[in-house]
Amino acid sequence: MSAPAVHPDGVVPAGGAPLLSVRHLVKHFPARSKGLIRRAAGEVHAVCDVSFDLAAGETLGLVGESGCGKSTTARMALNLIPATSGEVRYRGRDLTTVSRPQMRSLRRELQIVFQDPYAALDPRLSVHDIIAEPLRIHRRYDAGGPDTVRELMRRVGLDPEHGHRLPHEFSGGQRQRIGVARALALRPAVLVLDEPVSALDVSVQAGVLNLLAELQSELGPAYLFVSHDLSVVRHIADRVAVMYLGRIVETGPVDRLFDGPAHPYTQALISAIPLPDPRRERARERLTLAGELPSPLAPPSGCRFRTRCPTFADDLGEGERRRCTEVVPELVERGQGHPVACHFARRRSML
Amino acid sequence: MLEVSGLSVSFPSADGPVRAVRGVDYRLRRGEVLGIVGESGSGKSVTSLAVMGLLPRTAQVSGSVRFAGRELVGAPDAELSRIRGRRIAMVLQDPMTSLNPVHTVGRQIAEAVRAHHDVSRAAANDRGVELLAALRIPNPAERVNAYPHELSGGMRQRVVIAIAMANDPDVIIADEPTTALDVTVQAQVLESLRTAQERTGAAMVLITHDLGVIAGQADRVLVMYAGKPVEVGTAEEVFYTPRMPYTLGLLGSLPRLDRPAARLTPIAGSPPSMVDLPPGCPFAPRCPLAAASCTESEPELQTATGAGHLAACHRSAELAGASADEVFRAGERVGVPAGPGGGA
Repeated sequence: MSAPAVHPDGVVPAGGAPLLSVRHLVKHFPARSKGLIRRAAGEVHAVCDVSFDLAAGETLGLVGESGCGKSTTARMALNLIPATSGEVRYRGRDLTTVSRPQMRSLRRELQIVFQDPYAALDPRLSVHDIIAEPLRIHRRYDAGGPDTVRELMRRVGLDPEHGHRLPHEFSGGQRQRIGVARALALRPAVLVLDEPVSALDVSVQAGVLNLLAELQSELGPAYLFVSHDLSVVRHIADRVAVMYLGRIVETGPVDRLFDGPAHPYTQALISAIPLPDPRRERARERLTLAGELPSPLAPPSGCRFRTRCPTFADDLGEGERRRCTEVVPELVERGQGHPVACHFARRRSML
Repeated sequence: MLEVSGLSVSFPSADGPVRAVRGVDYRLRRGEVLGIVGESGSGKSVTSLAVMGLLPRTAQVSGSVRFAGRELVGAPDAELSRIRGRRIAMVLQDPMTSLNPVHTVGRQIAEAVRAHHDVSRAAANDRGVELLAALRIPNPAERVNAYPHELSGGMRQRVVIAIAMANDPDVIIADEPTTALDVTVQAQVLESLRTAQERTGAAMVLITHDLGVIAGQADRVLVMYAGKPVEVGTAEEVFYTPRMPYTLGLLGSLPRLDRPAARLTPIAGSPPSMVDLPPGCPFAPRCPLAAASCTESEPELQTATGAGHLAACHRSAELAGASADEVFRAGERVGVPAGPGGGA
């Protein structure tokens, strides 16, 4: 929200080296056949050649639909799951090659908040112990730990007097606040938020989003905000990267990208989101996608979106289509003001 | 078409009866889409299950549901079964609960066709292919031979819609039909629902928590809170001139893709327990406008801005021209601790 200036092309934040820098990240999961003998049957191409930077204090939104690889990418960015190839540099060190003890101490600076506030908290621990756990693990509890925990609870909008209570005594929104307090206990520089408000009702979600914005301007962590909800991402993020079938298809500053998306997938995604405004919503032009998401076991050659792309189906000639089928479109600036992975990118307003 | 009056549902629990629905009234007109919107626990789904007579036996249902001149509350199962699926079709959140996993989808659509028309198996099968084609499903002739597990969630939901169409119903009740789906798939399913509704001329009750879906689809809207409708009106009345603070708060807490705001306006607190409701307006503990009268008596739905626009709020008139920001920001105290079950 109160972010540093963003470089106009949207890939690299302006000013200085990025805090976290991800390059050519790839993740393949082995897929097994059905039946009694589960033979290896190819690989799921979950993430394919993903690169992005995250600057100190900014919010990058990673958006896309189920199976696009956004959560896998975020987990690899924290080295929570190993990358098949590619590198993740945090303050210049490659996380994919550091030793375990080194990674353990770096964990202090790289934290995560999960989607489901019911599953992410140990039901047998008091709220105080949940928030104190990272402090204890990193041996910081003895020096003023109880006060730190109370302060964190107050800071996320919980009553410090309720530290002895168990998670089930709190509502969904309050539990998510507990998760945020735990993640912030060690004052991380990078916080991954994986669908942090998706399980909450809108009236409660708004409070948690406001809290996240306040905490960022006060404490300054960078957020990698993973979400399927474009409205939430537009609200909270400075920059956004849109993923489809394991690749980033378009990235840029939020206003620029949402006001004039240049990739046909981003355009379809924005046009599919119903606006809570009856007159505007009914007057909109819809760009519906044909067909279904192809299998990530055998993604289409060339552009992965071409099998469902309205531009490919309706506007291109034989020779142009061949380009989509044969050449993988790079994520680069193509005269649209921000990087787009489409040979025929053209900005268009969808709202 | 369908007339619901004074519908109430309660479930027994260890702490006493849970009053999930506390008096719902609506009249569904021919061909219209009535949107029912509310958050978790507002009673919107229980209301529709009660209309269909699909609640467990432990549920206590009172009030009246009249359909085509018949009373459905308390009607024998055999009679309800004749109406369900045939004249009132249902599209639920999880299509796997509606489809039979061991039969092909074509057989299931054909079964619905043959229930109404005396046609051969082959003709019914052809009709199934036609219905899938009408919903713009690619390769319908191949799809009919698929089993439900071979289809994606969106495709299954559209098969359920095809079955609903085959039955040529008078009413379609769609309960969170797109909640489990991705947004581009949601757009396809909503389009299919529209097609089904237009082709059969059925009226539709669309239950969802998504205000965007309601804005795009509903002719009239019913906003539920704590088991009761708190605002009713046309989509334009409810979205542009809300007269119940809860509706205003819901709209204010939504991040908007088309109109980014610097800050959202949340509603403080959480919904009340349905076991032991305090007297007065159930929204009063979270309402920045709450006055003494609000905790004394529960407001009834009354005329707000027009004949069909009703709101259940003692201070409804004061909302004229007010924004969510003005109303809720005043009541918002940043950083004030909230107790369990209290704060958001």
